[in-house]
Amino acid sequence: MSTTAELQKIASQVRRDIVRMVHAVNSGHPGGSLGCTDYIVALYFNAMNVKADQWSMDGVNEDLFFLSNGHISPVWYSVLSRKGFFPVAELATFRKLDSRLQGHPTTHEGLPGIRVASGSLGQGLSVALGAAQAKKLNNDPSLVYTLHGDGELQEGQIWEAAMYAAHHKIDNIISAIDVNGQQIDGPTEKVMNLGNLRMKWEAFGWDVMEMEGNDMQAVVDGLAKAKSMTGKGKPVMILMTTSMGKGVDFMEGTHKWHGVAPNDAELANALGQLEETLGDY
Amino acid sequence: MLDFTIHGSNDTRSGFGEGLHELGKSNPKVVALCADLIGSLKMDAFKKDFPERFYQVGIAEANMMGLAAGMTIGGYIPFTGTFANFSTGRVYDQIRQSIAYSDKNVKICASHAGLTLGEDGATHQILEDIGMMSMLPNMTVINPCDFNQTKAATIAIAEHHGPVYLRFGRPKVATFTAPDQKFEIGKAWHIHSGNHVSIFATGHMVWKAVEAAKALEAEGITVDLINIHTIKPLDVEAVVNSAKKTGAVVTAEEHQITGGLGSIIAQTLAKYHPTKIEFVGVNDSFGESGTPDQLMEKYGLGVKDIIAAAKRVTSKS
Repeated sequence: MSTTAELQKIASQVRRDIVRMVHAVNSGHPGGSLGCTDYIVALYFNAMNVKADQWSMDGVNEDLFFLSNGHISPVWYSVLSRKGFFPVAELATFRKLDSRLQGHPTTHEGLPGIRVASGSLGQGLSVALGAAQAKKLNNDPSLVYTLHGDGELQEGQIWEAAMYAAHHKIDNIISAIDVNGQQIDGPTEKVMNLGNLRMKWEAFGWDVMEMEGNDMQAVVDGLAKAKSMTGKGKPVMILMTTSMGKGVDFMEGTHKWHGVAPNDAELANALGQLEETLGDY
Repeated sequence: MLDFTIHGSNDTRSGFGEGLHELGKSNPKVVALCADLIGSLKMDAFKKDFPERFYQVGIAEANMMGLAAGMTIGGYIPFTGTFANFSTGRVYDQIRQSIAYSDKNVKICASHAGLTLGEDGATHQILEDIGMMSMLPNMTVINPCDFNQTKAATIAIAEHHGPVYLRFGRPKVATFTAPDQKFEIGKAWHIHSGNHVSIFATGHMVWKAVEAAKALEAEGITVDLINIHTIKPLDVEAVVNSAKKTGAVVTAEEHQITGGLGSIIAQTLAKYHPTKIEFVGVNDSFGESGTPDQLMEKYGLGVKDIIAAAKRVTSKS
């Protein structure tokens, strides 16, 4: 388990990886990746028990993570490689032909750390709930984590899964929503207003907490609190407030960098704001 | 041979139910999920005897497909149960991304396929499911012909690693295949040898093809009758060898001709051995309400339609 200062150093390097990866192929999704960096880093380097060097699809007796909003694959790939699931050098293959690092995460090329394909939105919560129930059948006390975009909540399947989780008392899951208020066509409140998310999830029978997602200490504390809420007969939801593009000032707080890569000058500007702490790939 | 002993009349979905119950006893990794159709899918016995491995998901098929994909992570073998319509078209993207592309060991078990669902009408009579499922890379597609074959297929797919679409139906049809048979995925069943015409039939159309073959042979047209229970992977060798022998082919299925068995056989023969071919199936049409027998007759899926197709394709014109 890493200290908050160590986690912040990892997060800085992960943000460098993200902007370099999308710049190299002039495609990908930096905005959501940067916004969720602190959360994914805290998950893998603090909250979760994972076996990076003994990869197994079944993941028995280790915590599992499902990225339902698969388009923010750059942050996940960076964290998985920095944690040791695969060589950091492989980040250079992102979105290129014959790569295991597909545009959206997939099991198809056998990349360690990925347990289901995601990208077509709204499916990850169902899959994670199935995995959580398999853990119960296996008497495996470890937890299942998920992350979803807030725009993703517009998909109906999410609410089918939400209802199911409460009905079946699946209390070994901690889900998080990246509440950044942005989606491709603009602010969520303009595109399709999500309304009161706390009340919605509580009405669906979830135990809900809120968390500031771009303050590493708040994320570490929030995940510890979320863990303490598991095992009590209800699924756990973290409404995580983040800023899209966090860490790169000109990308922050706007949907414009949802799926756009920086040019050479913008990359230099971004890297100037992000300390190289663990060595670039 | 064509002189089968009929072991009564039963629905293929009950063959599934019995097979699933057997699996409950023999394989502790088998779990079952159902979207509010336990009775229709004949999953009652499994639910009663293995409640800890049975999951009611309510009327939420998209969620069911995702749950099933997730339950494979941890080593389980999920069998999902709902109507064929809700097992395929309604959840195509969930199957595509979370199951087929992700190589999940999920068995999609689909009842009430085709016209023989009957009175509920076209909304529920899916005739495109074989096509949709066959197009998916990594998917195995099986459409057994009677109670015993469906039971055997249900048991067999648990031993096969990878996603499977198992299609069966609602009505009672003749049970004529052997009880406790061994089902071999991808290996066509050569029912009867003949020289004048090949009939490739799947699902409920197999028994009709047997009856058609008897009538044809009485008129001196000998039939090479083959049951294509596994549509994907197709037993290419059996299809091509039969076509080479007879030079005339009829396909018979309770499905759209386009995208179904007819298309797949035609594509295969076009590549390996171009052969005259006639298609018995639904011709670019939705169904409607009616009894199964009425519908099969109106939409050209009767015994007489197979006989007529065989005569057309064997004519010297």
